[in-house]
Amino acid sequence: MSGTFVGMPAFPKAAHEAVHDQTLRGNLRHATHTIRAKRANAVAEVSDWAELREAGKQIKDHTLRHLDRYLVQLEESVTAAGGTVHWAADADEANRIVADLVKATGESEVVKVKSMATQEIGLNEALEAEGIRAYETDLAELIVQLGKDRPSHILVPAIHRNRGEIRDIFRKEMSEWGRPAPEGLTDTPAELAEAARLHLREKFLRAKVGVSGANFMIAETGTLVVVESEGNGRMCLTLPETLISVVGIEKILPTWQDLEVFLQTLPRSSTAERMNPYTSTWTGTTDEDGPQNFHLVLLDNGRTDTLADEVGRQALRCIRCSACLNVCPVYERAGGHAYGSVYPGPIGAILSPQLRGTQSEIDASLPYASSLCGACYEVCPVAIDIPEVLVHLRERVVEGGEVTREGNKVVLKPAKGHAAERAAMRAARWAFSRPGALRTGQRLASRTRRFHPRSLPGPGKAWSGTRDLPAVPSEPFRDWWQRTNGGKDGGAK
Amino acid sequence: MSSRERILGRVRRALADVPAAERQDDTPYKQAVPRDYVRVHGDRSVAETVDLLAENLADYRAIVHRCTAGDLSVTIAGMLAARGAKTVLVPPGLDAKWLSAAEAERVPDLAGSTPDELDRVDSVVTACAVAVAETGTIVLDGSPDQGRRRITLVPDHHICVVRVPEQVVSSVPQALERLDPARPLTWISGPSATSDIELDRVEGVHGPRTLEVVLVDGQESADVSS
Repeated sequence: MSGTFVGMPAFPKAAHEAVHDQTLRGNLRHATHTIRAKRANAVAEVSDWAELREAGKQIKDHTLRHLDRYLVQLEESVTAAGGTVHWAADADEANRIVADLVKATGESEVVKVKSMATQEIGLNEALEAEGIRAYETDLAELIVQLGKDRPSHILVPAIHRNRGEIRDIFRKEMSEWGRPAPEGLTDTPAELAEAARLHLREKFLRAKVGVSGANFMIAETGTLVVVESEGNGRMCLTLPETLISVVGIEKILPTWQDLEVFLQTLPRSSTAERMNPYTSTWTGTTDEDGPQNFHLVLLDNGRTDTLADEVGRQALRCIRCSACLNVCPVYERAGGHAYGSVYPGPIGAILSPQLRGTQSEIDASLPYASSLCGACYEVCPVAIDIPEVLVHLRERVVEGGEVTREGNKVVLKPAKGHAAERAAMRAARWAFSRPGALRTGQRLASRTRRFHPRSLPGPGKAWSGTRDLPAVPSEPFRDWWQRTNGGKDGGAK
Repeated sequence: MSSRERILGRVRRALADVPAAERQDDTPYKQAVPRDYVRVHGDRSVAETVDLLAENLADYRAIVHRCTAGDLSVTIAGMLAARGAKTVLVPPGLDAKWLSAAEAERVPDLAGSTPDELDRVDSVVTACAVAVAETGTIVLDGSPDQGRRRITLVPDHHICVVRVPEQVVSSVPQALERLDPARPLTWISGPSATSDIELDRVEGVHGPRTLEVVLVDGQESADVSS
């Protein structure tokens, strides 16, 4: 992944700052609670949700386990339909391909559909360095771009902003980028949406190059699918002469029919709608309708490394609905920025450390950004067992071991910060395998219980800073069991 | 080594744990994945399915009209007049009778029109390929009676005619069966909207802010503009 968030502090520090921001917490609480109830209703409307979820999981797993075959098939279908396919092993290569394609058109600006893949690779910054200006056209992305801010949610990158803040950003910044905000703009959502409509209209109408991602790519037909709400996607996909789509290799579905699952589960999971306002599908180019030049950039950037992990690869099933963010108690309080990645929330906590590796402080801390409550798994429309992967990644951070980075197997050293934890586990292993020592230790602990401190000294201090130490009973369980004949002779001592 | 070969090589190495028998399995894909979900939710008569379409369209703020084939031209003319539309975009294959009563000036859907020219047109009238009752969705496939994708995008007012019951299906799976993936498709569920401000839905962003759907009953126009 790109260095968009380089220098981020580890999750605990970033989260510590975020939870003290009252406005942020209020905004997040309001938004996530609004969508939670709506999603539950939208899901309850379909009687076969469990079956759709299972089919979605199976389709994605099957595709991933035959990914090479489907990638080749997709390339053939897209090419046959008039598109050009490019392959990008990492972010730099993808950015270079897109910049070269834009330059070849002679244009110096592009309009963009909201896309996680292009955020992940830092495309806007890379294009800027090449003298090409990228205009974000999704309302929330526009708010982030105008506010010189970072995204904090997969679906609604400006979820951390309330209507008043959005109005202030529009008033202050729109004139820098084009048409200024209307005089007397208020903070009603309808007026804010109208201001965005007016501001972006001129950009859509003159755009010659559009850049998008895609929600799905169909190997059988070469069709790409973009699911959206505002119509900015349709503008970018149909008005320009050239369309460049940057899509992660895991976005493939084998057949056209597979859409019948995901076009039912995605809208209900993300915006809690029966169906989102607009879905566009296109297959290569169409004569005299829409862009006459279509380029598909297939992006790896850590995905094959993730695929190499038998437990972690299920994260590649993700369809970016963001339902897991909206139900997560940690996300609700810490907000998206604390995750230090374009992928925040529970899915980000398992995706970012796999795409980027766990070497950096932030990535090593992300698997711990969870209470393992499991709400994310419950709502996931492709049944990603996020707690399972979190625990798996924690083990990798603590124990080290073999992983794949950029296609090569490497052995990670155990992380430094977990020495005390490892020492405690080693001591436990030693004691539990020696009954005599364990008994002596337990008796000693019972007799000295009055002198136990309330918190641990030394390396254990951080752990007991947020927890009470468990009270030691006056008599070890095993002694009690023997003395009372398993409780039959009366329990009290 | 090209990036194509590099990525495909990485994929193959990453899947080393998948049994060779599974990787080489020639079982048709249709049998490889269980599909225990239903084709249609609920049991409805044809009339009830059309009613559900109307209900769900309206739920997402589309304005729904119902009329007979004989009344269609008057209905459309009334809608354009009520809107005050002076100009209306017309796809090349649209049944000429549909607009026979309308006073608005016809603007043909041409390859050479610029986006700015389209932006000055008040309304657009199209047919559709299929409509989905369960989700309140109309799908356009670029057929001659629907025109290029952009004509239903740039003008602020879209009138879409659905021939009922023959163009109405119950569910998303049924709609996909009827559609040709080789054609550029636009699935429309209500006017353009956003959930980007506090995750609450607001209608009216970049696409047409007013979507009017006419459910036209009867066979009179069923034989044209296929």
